[in-house]
Amino acid sequence: MVASALVTHESEDEELPAWSLPADAVERISVPVTLPAEVTQEWAWGGSTGAGARVCILDSGIELNHPLVGHVERSVAVLRAEDGELRVEEDGEGDVCGHGTACAGIVRALAPDCELTSVRVLGAGYTGGGEILLHGLAWAIEQGFQVVNMSLSTTRTKYVERLHELADRAYFRRAVLVASAHNMPVESFPWRFASVISVGSHEMAEPLTFFYNPSPPVEFFGRGLDLDVAWLGGGTLRCTGNSFATPHIAAICALILAKHPELTPFQLKSVLYQTAANPRGGA
Amino acid sequence: MSDLEAAVAAGVLGADEAHRSLLQATVEVARAIFGAKAASVFLLDDAADELVFEAVAGEGAGELIGKRFPASTGVAGWVLTTRQPLVIDDLTSDTRFSREAAESTGYVPKSMMAVPLLVEERALGVLSVLDRPTESRLKLAEVDLLGLFANQAAIALDLLQRARHARQALEGEGRLSALARVASRLEGEDEDAALEFIRALDRVLARRS
Repeated sequence: MVASALVTHESEDEELPAWSLPADAVERISVPVTLPAEVTQEWAWGGSTGAGARVCILDSGIELNHPLVGHVERSVAVLRAEDGELRVEEDGEGDVCGHGTACAGIVRALAPDCELTSVRVLGAGYTGGGEILLHGLAWAIEQGFQVVNMSLSTTRTKYVERLHELADRAYFRRAVLVASAHNMPVESFPWRFASVISVGSHEMAEPLTFFYNPSPPVEFFGRGLDLDVAWLGGGTLRCTGNSFATPHIAAICALILAKHPELTPFQLKSVLYQTAANPRGGA
Repeated sequence: MSDLEAAVAAGVLGADEAHRSLLQATVEVARAIFGAKAASVFLLDDAADELVFEAVAGEGAGELIGKRFPASTGVAGWVLTTRQPLVIDDLTSDTRFSREAAESTGYVPKSMMAVPLLVEERALGVLSVLDRPTESRLKLAEVDLLGLFANQAAIALDLLQRARHARQALEGEGRLSALARVASRLEGEDEDAALEFIRALDRVLARRS
C-alpha cells in the first residue's frame, strides 16, 4: 500500500487520522519511494511515455479525432440543468474555442501514452461561470486524475475560498493541479495557491526545458512562446501565452508520475525543482 | 442653464464623451506601439452574452462600433472567460474564426493578441491588437506590455460604463430622472430655494447618521 495521509489502527480495521505518530507506528508510514542523492531527468522521467498517467484538461473541450491529440478517453461538460443544478454529462460539443485542443495536443506530444480526459467548463453562456469551474474541478478531483491542467483563472473573490479548499483537497488526494499564472496586474486564482503548481512562460524552444522560480507566486516557467499547437479543424496554429506553458509542465508531471506513481504532490514538486534547468546550472 | 443642470450635464453627458475619447486614445496608442493594423476594445454585454465593439483604431475604425458577436465562444470569449491573454499568429488556418470574422466585420486578421479587460474582480471586455508586423519575432515582454495597456483600457472602459449607467438613471424613466427634471426646471431664485432645500435635507440626513 502506498503511503497515506491516514494510518491504519492495528486493533481495529479502520483508518484514523495521523494527528500524532506513536513510536510503534513509524514503520507503518514508511515512504515507498526514496529520492536518489541526485535526482536527474533520467531518473525522473527517462523512458517514460506517460503510460498509466491520467490527465484531465479543464478547458474549452477537446476536438475529437484531432491527429495531434489522438485518443480521448472521455469528454464531459459541466451543464446547468433546467432545475438550476450543475451536472457533469457526456459531451459531444468538441471544442468551443480551440484552446482545450491545443493543451491536449501539447500533453499528447510530450506524454504520448498518457490517458486524456476533457472536462469542458467553457462555452455559450459560460461567461459568469465561476460555479461551473468549481464544479468541474471538484468532479476531476473525485475522479482521481493525477494531473489536472488548468490554463484558466478567476478573479471573482467570492469563489476564492471554495477554490482554495478544492486545491487543498486535490493536494491531499494526490491530484496535481497545474495552473497558468497571470502576467497582468490583477489578483487571480487558483495559480496563487501554494498547493498548486503555477506556471509562467519562458522564451526557449525546447519543450522539456523548464525553470524553477525562487521568487513565487509563479513557481515554474515552461515553454510558452511561438508554439505550433493543435487547433480546430484538425490543423495547427502558432500561439503564445502562459496558457500553453501550463500543459508543458502538466505533461512533464504526467511523465514523472507514470514512472513514479507513488510520488505525492509535495515530492513531485521537489522532483520538478531538482530537474529544472536552473538548479542544474542553466538550460 | 442652471448651475445644478450644468453640473448634472457636465458630470454625466460630458463624461461619456471624455471617457469615449480616452478609450479611443488607448486603442490608438496600442495600435501604434505594436505597429499593428488595428486595435479594438470589446465591451461585454452580460445580459445578451455578447461582446460589442466599443473603440476601434485602424482597420475597421468608424464601421465596427456597436457590432456584436458571441461572448463565450471563440478566441475572444476564451480570453474573457479564463482571464488569460492569448497571442495567435496564423489565424487564417482557423477556418471557423476566419468565417465568423468575415461575417461580422468583413476583415479577417492573420494574427491577434487578445487580453482581458479586468477591473478588480470584474471582466469588462477584451482588448485585441490585430496584425502586428510578423517580421519581428514576438517577445514575452510584448505580452506583458499588452497586459499593462489592458489595465489602462479597462479603467477607461469602467469610467465609460459608469457614466453611461448614470445617464440612463437620469434620463427618461430612469431611477433618478426626477432629479434631472428638477435641475432643468430651475432658474434664478428657484435654484437658490431648491439648493437651500437640498442643504436642509443634507443636514437632516447627517443628523440621522
